[in-house]
Amino acid sequence: MTIGVEHYLTVAASLFTLGMVGIFLNRKNVIVILMSIELMLLAVNINLVAFSHFLGDLVGQVFALLNLTVAAAEAAIGLAIIVVYYRNRGSIAVDDVNIMKG
Amino acid sequence: MALTAGFFYLFAVFSVVAGVMVIVAKNPVHAVLFLILAFFNAAGLFILLGAEFLAMVLIIVYVGAVAVLFLFVVMMLDVDFAELKAGFIKNAPVGLLVGGIVLVELILLFLARGFGLGVAHEPAAAMPATDSGVSNTEALGHILYTKYIYFFEVAGLILLVAMIGAIVLTLQHKAGVRRQSIAAQVARTPKDSLEVVKVPSGGSVIPAPDGQS
Repeated sequence: MTIGVEHYLTVAASLFTLGMVGIFLNRKNVIVILMSIELMLLAVNINLVAFSHFLGDLVGQVFALLNLTVAAAEAAIGLAIIVVYYRNRGSIAVDDVNIMKG
Repeated sequence: MALTAGFFYLFAVFSVVAGVMVIVAKNPVHAVLFLILAFFNAAGLFILLGAEFLAMVLIIVYVGAVAVLFLFVVMMLDVDFAELKAGFIKNAPVGLLVGGIVLVELILLFLARGFGLGVAHEPAAAMPATDSGVSNTEALGHILYTKYIYFFEVAGLILLVAMIGAIVLTLQHKAGVRRQSIAAQVARTPKDSLEVVKVPSGGSVIPAPDGQS
C-alpha cells in the first residue's frame, strides 16, 4: 500500500497529542514538561517535512530548519532557567514558582 | 513500495511508543533516552520523505546537543523525582480527556479534508527531480543561501541570543575566588608599579630581620 501524506499527519498528530498529555500528566516535573514541548515541536517538524515532500516544495524544509533552531534555543534557555531556579530554591517543583509573584 | 511502507510503519510505531514512554517513564533519565529514540525514528521518517539533510541535522542537533543537555541537567540536579511524580494519577483523567479531545479534533480535520492535499499549488521553491543528480542538501543550500538568506540569518541571531541568554542566566561569580583582571593589568603603568629608592652608602633599604643588626 502507498504511504500518503495522511499517514505522516497521523503520526505527527499522535506525537503532538502525546506531548500535550505529557504536560498535563507531569505537572510538577518541569524537565519532563520541556521534553513534552520538544515532542510537540518534533510533531510540527514531521508535518512540515511531510507537506514539503508531498507538495514538491522545499520551503517546508527551510521552515522546519528554523523550527529546529527555535527548539534548540528554547531547550537551552529553559534548562538554564531550571538550573538557576534549582540554585535558588533547591528544588524544581513547578508549584513553588509562584513565590516569584510581583 | 512495500519496503517503504514497512519502514514507515516501523519508524512510526517506534516513535509513537517512544513518545508514550517519554511521558510515563518514572525515571527522567529513561525519559530522555526514550526521547532520543523518538528523535532517531523521526529522523528515519524524514529520510523516507527524502529530507536527508534535515534527518541528519535532527540527529546532530537533537540527539547530540539537546538530549545530552537534558541528560546533563537531569543528572546534575539532585532532585527527588519520586516526589515530583506524585500528582501523576490525579492529573491523568484531565490530561487524557484534553489529549483525547485534541486527537479526535485533528482526526476529524483530516477526515473533513478528505485525507489529501487537494489544492492547486505553485511551489515557491520546487524540489529537484530525483534523477537530476541534485541532492536534497544541495537543493536546500541553493535556496537557503539565496532566496531565504534573511531567514537563515534570523536563525543564527536566535541561536546567538539563546547562547548569550544561557550564559547570562547561569554565570555566577563566587566570592573569594581570585580572578585575572585584564583591565587592571592593561591599565598598569611604570609610575604606579616601580619605585626608585635612594640607597645610603653603607646602609640598606631592606628592613633588617628581627634579632640582627
